[in-house]
Amino acid sequence: MALRSLFRRIPAVGQLEPSTYVVYVGFLLIFAAFAILLRDEGFLSASNLLNIVQETTPVTIMAIGMVFVLSAGEIDLSIGSVVAIAALVAALVMRAHSWALGVAAGLGAGVMAGLINGALVAYARLPSFLVTLATMGLLAGVARWMTNLQSVPVTDATFTALFGSGSLFGIPSLVIWTALAIFLGHYVYRETPFGARVLATGDSPHAARAAGIEVDRLRLTVLILGSTCAAVAGLLYLGRIQGARYTLGETDLLTVIAAAVVGGTRLDGGTGTVLGALVGSLLMGMLNNGLILMGLAVSEQMIVRGFIILVAIVLTLREPRRSS
Amino acid sequence: MNTTPALSLRNIHKSFGGIVAVEDLSLEVNRGEIVALVGDNGAGKSTIVKIIAGMHQPNSGEIRLAGELVHFIDPSQSQAKGVQVVYQDLALAESQPVYMNLFLGREKTKGWFGKLDRAGMIAETEVLMRELEVRVPSAKSTVRKLSGGQRQAIAIARATHWATNLVLMDEPTAALGITETSKVEDVITGLKARNLAILIVSHSLDQVFRLSDHICVLRRGKQIGVRQTNQTDKNEIVSMITGLKETA
Repeated sequence: MALRSLFRRIPAVGQLEPSTYVVYVGFLLIFAAFAILLRDEGFLSASNLLNIVQETTPVTIMAIGMVFVLSAGEIDLSIGSVVAIAALVAALVMRAHSWALGVAAGLGAGVMAGLINGALVAYARLPSFLVTLATMGLLAGVARWMTNLQSVPVTDATFTALFGSGSLFGIPSLVIWTALAIFLGHYVYRETPFGARVLATGDSPHAARAAGIEVDRLRLTVLILGSTCAAVAGLLYLGRIQGARYTLGETDLLTVIAAAVVGGTRLDGGTGTVLGALVGSLLMGMLNNGLILMGLAVSEQMIVRGFIILVAIVLTLREPRRSS
Repeated sequence: MNTTPALSLRNIHKSFGGIVAVEDLSLEVNRGEIVALVGDNGAGKSTIVKIIAGMHQPNSGEIRLAGELVHFIDPSQSQAKGVQVVYQDLALAESQPVYMNLFLGREKTKGWFGKLDRAGMIAETEVLMRELEVRVPSAKSTVRKLSGGQRQAIAIARATHWATNLVLMDEPTAALGITETSKVEDVITGLKARNLAILIVSHSLDQVFRLSDHICVLRRGKQIGVRQTNQTDKNEIVSMITGLKETA
C-alpha cells in the first residue's frame, strides 16, 4: 500500500504499525479536504468545529467504553438500547424528584443492564455477541413499553446546563465532558493494572487466567463499564435535547464500533487505544458535518460515509494476521 | 533439615465425564529436586499439572504443599502458595511486551492513583533476563516478535521469578531446536540451585535422563511406577511407558 510504504520511510513513524496512525492521517486528510472544499460554507469556523465536538460527545464516551469491552475480547451490541433506557429512566425520575436522583437512576439503569449482560457472559459463559444481541432487542422493547412510545420532557435548568447547553469559563459543558472522559479513560486504560489486565485478557484469556487474573470478574466489569458509558451518553442526549425518547441512541451502535475500530482497537481484543477512539469518533462527526455542509442528500451521505469507513478499516486491519 | 516434601500427592483421581484421566496417583517432589512425569499421549500428564495448579479439581485424593493440605479452585490460589506453571502453550499474552507478561497479575504500581510503574517493571525484567542469561532484544519487545526459544525462556523466567515452592513445567522444550533446547535445559538445571521443587512433563527421554532425579511413569492415567533416575535406564522406562513390562 502506497500510503504505508510512504510512512515506512519516516524513521519514527516507520516503526509503528499502520493501525496506530491511520486514523490520525485519515483525520487530517479529510479535515484538509473539507477545509478546502467547504471554505465558503463555514466548515473551519470556531462555532462549527466546536459543534462537531459537542455533537460527538455521546459517541465519544460510548467509544471509550467500547475500547475497554473490545480490548477484553468481548463486544456490547446493547449500548444503543441502554442509551434510551437510561435517558427515559432519568427523565421519569427527574419529573417526580430532583435532577440528581434522576441522574443516579439513569446511571443505575446502565449499571443494571451491564450487570445482566456481564453475568450472562462471565458466569453463564455465553458469548457476549449473542447475549448483547438479545438484550439489545429486549431493552429496546422495554424502552418502548416504559412510556408507551411517548417522549418525556426535561425542564430542570441545572440538569440541562450540566449535561447539555451550559458552559464553564466559556467552555461548553459537552466539551468538558469529552475532555474528562478521555483523560479518565486513557489513564485507566494505559496507566493502571486494570487496563493492562483488560488487554491481556483479550489477548489470551488462558494466559490471563494462568497469571492469576480473575477473568470472569474482569469480563463482568468491562461490560458494566461499557453499559455505564452508554448511560452517561443517554444523560448527555437528555440534557441536550431536553427530553427522552425511545429512539435516542438507536443508530449509534455502528458509529461507536466504527469509531473504536478505525481508531486502532482490534475487534478480537488485545490491542486498542482511547485517544484513537476519540479521533475516530471526531472523524465520524466531522464526516457527518462536512457531508451535510456539502449539501449531499441523506442517501448520498450514507454512501460516502460507508465508503470512507470501509477504506479506513481496510487500512487499519490489513496488518499482520495474529499468529496462533 | 526439613524432610517434608514440597509437593505431595496422595491417591489423586480425576475423571472427565465417563473418561478417567488420572487414576490413583501418589507422588512426592522435594526441594532442590527435579521429578519427571513421562508417559504416552493421553497418559494424564498435563491433567496432573493442571490439577496441582488449580485449573482442574481432583475427584478425590489429597494435595499437600510443604505438608499443608490444599484445595485449589483457581490458579491464583496455587500462585499465592508459591506454585508456578510453565504451560505447554506458554500462556503468554502475545500482543503485550515482555515485562508486562512477567508482571501480569502482579503489576508494580506507584503513587496514589495506582499508576503502573513501567520503568520499575522494565528494570526488574532486565535484571532477571541477565541472571537467567535469556537474550531478548529488549524487555519492551512484543512477545509476538520473539522466537520460540525466547518465548519459552520468558515463560520459565516468569515462573522462577514468582515461584517460592514449586515449578511445574509442561513440555518446556517441545517446540524448540537443539541449541534452544540446551539453553532452556541450562536454565532449568539452574533452578535446582535456587532450592525449588520442579515437576517436569517431557516426551524426550534423553532430556528426562539429563535433568531429572526421579522419573514417574504413567500409562492411561495409571501410575506404573517411580524410579530413581541414576538407578534405571531407558529400556526400563520405555517398557514401563509402553506396557511391555508390568511393574508396580
